[in-house]
Amino acid sequence: MSNQKANSNGRLLRLYDHFKREWQIYILLLPMIIWFAVFLYKPMYGLQIAFKDYSIFRGIAASPWIGFEHFQTLFGSDQFMRALRNTFMISMLSLCFGFPMPIILALMFNEITNQIFKRTAQTVVYLPHFISTVIIAGIVITAFSPTAGIVNTFLGWLGIEPIYFLIKPEWFRPIFIGSGIWQEAGFSSIVFLAAIAGVNPSLYESAVVDGASRWQMMWKITLPSILPTIIIMLIIRIGNLLEVGFELIIVLYQPSTYETADVINTYIYRQGVQGAQYDLAAAAGLFNAVIAFVLVMTANTISKRYSRTSLW
Amino acid sequence: MANMNLYSRSDKLFVYINMVLIALFTLSTLYPFIYIAAVSFSDGSAASAGIVVYRPIAATLSAYDYILSEPLFWTSYVNTFIYTFGGTFISLLIIVPGAYALSRPQLIGRRFFNLFVAFTMWFNAGLIPFFLNMRDLNLMDSYWGLIIAFACNAFNIILLRNFFEAIPQSFEEAARMDGANEFQVLWKVFIPLSKPAIATIILFCMVARWNGFFWAMIVLKDEQKIPLQVYLRQVIATLKDDEEFGLQVMNFSYSAETVTAAIMVCSIIPVLIFYPFIQKYFNKGIMLGGVKE
Repeated sequence: MSNQKANSNGRLLRLYDHFKREWQIYILLLPMIIWFAVFLYKPMYGLQIAFKDYSIFRGIAASPWIGFEHFQTLFGSDQFMRALRNTFMISMLSLCFGFPMPIILALMFNEITNQIFKRTAQTVVYLPHFISTVIIAGIVITAFSPTAGIVNTFLGWLGIEPIYFLIKPEWFRPIFIGSGIWQEAGFSSIVFLAAIAGVNPSLYESAVVDGASRWQMMWKITLPSILPTIIIMLIIRIGNLLEVGFELIIVLYQPSTYETADVINTYIYRQGVQGAQYDLAAAAGLFNAVIAFVLVMTANTISKRYSRTSLW
Repeated sequence: MANMNLYSRSDKLFVYINMVLIALFTLSTLYPFIYIAAVSFSDGSAASAGIVVYRPIAATLSAYDYILSEPLFWTSYVNTFIYTFGGTFISLLIIVPGAYALSRPQLIGRRFFNLFVAFTMWFNAGLIPFFLNMRDLNLMDSYWGLIIAFACNAFNIILLRNFFEAIPQSFEEAARMDGANEFQVLWKVFIPLSKPAIATIILFCMVARWNGFFWAMIVLKDEQKIPLQVYLRQVIATLKDDEEFGLQVMNFSYSAETVTAAIMVCSIIPVLIFYPFIQKYFNKGIMLGGVKE
């Protein structure tokens, strides 16, 4: 008994010594921990309004519980189901068309022998990554305008009547995904270029001795060598499947294109921020977050098994 | 490679086709910028008629005259600089010490604190609870609210922590011998050794601040506080109803299109000025953060 007490006293003493010696580390840690607690963990407490009949006047804690009512409303709502479908559709389409582009670009950059040409081209294609969403939207709206836009001018040269692209639901996804590729394909190729830089040069040397063409080397050496990177990037992408660039959608879409453009986050924005239906919108957000969490966790597990590399 | 002439004919063809394709892709990346610049310097009626292709038609500076005499344009431009530099500075004040503490082996609860940070990458409460939280904290419609609420994220902290962890202990031992405390070790040993990683984080923070508009749009009601991107969005919103706006300014030498394009050009110019400086860092930065064993 007394032994135990002495033991725990000793532990306390050691702890006291530790803090006396190392308190500075905890001072350095503190602002970050407070920030995370206040700005990321406190909202998680606020997530309970997804299960409550929330009113601003009663506050989060005092609002009455109503169980899964909001989720029932959501799944009975055409708008939410449409947003859910659109999120997956836009995500899958940008995965199919957007994911291969940076890989192709990296392979092509790797084949360029003129360094000045290569560096100039890279400088240009990385640039759109640093341009704001609003500017991307501004460019799209200007270029696709029915009267002033360059796209319709080109179509006019081909004898095609002007199309009002931005009010046509069938055009929203191609425009959105296309502008995404324009903005990110170049910058995303950096990861693959880095992987290509790591390929063992002796592989190419022996292939040259065997008389392989550059095309063959690209297919038989470069591509297989960067396959692990490709798979990891693919897993990350699938883990973030629900992350659609909704900021661009918010600037580009309008009621006539909601049919194909409205995604979960834009739905949450309209219902919650604009419509003040905080509890319902929070429920939609929670649903989104839970699915995203499962996807990310699954992606990480698969990645660990595949490459013994955890993604974080 | 110097031994171009050793290639077979099909190799040469391959190299040329490849170069042409890359050149086409590069030009199509560049073209929207050229187009927008051309529109911004064009006469309003030419821009509205859609005849501007790659060079200004009936070149005029009237769109620039218009926006540069618009007080809200200048206010929002200055605000963007405040958010970009102020926000990045505050971010560093939180991220650098925090990442350093997380990298120290003697920190009690190190695993817990690391998880505390990393968990937010996998799960977050979402837009609405974050929004309500900001309102409860009375941070709506204030410079400080926008700066402080978006000061941090797990990704940047983990990126820097990984970099700190990779610094060999021998570097700090000399400083320890001289009796340096933790603050001094961080300031005099770790920060100078981590310049590429810190530069990367500065880059990420500044780009996010410069380009961010969504939360600024939601949080700020007072026009005097909005950043440039929110102002631009307002102008674009009027461009979307271009019939209405078009009628308004039909008689002038600028139009909704040229004015919007001019604002976009003004917003891109600082990025272009900084671009050569940041370019050398992002190759490194992207690799630093992504994957950790």
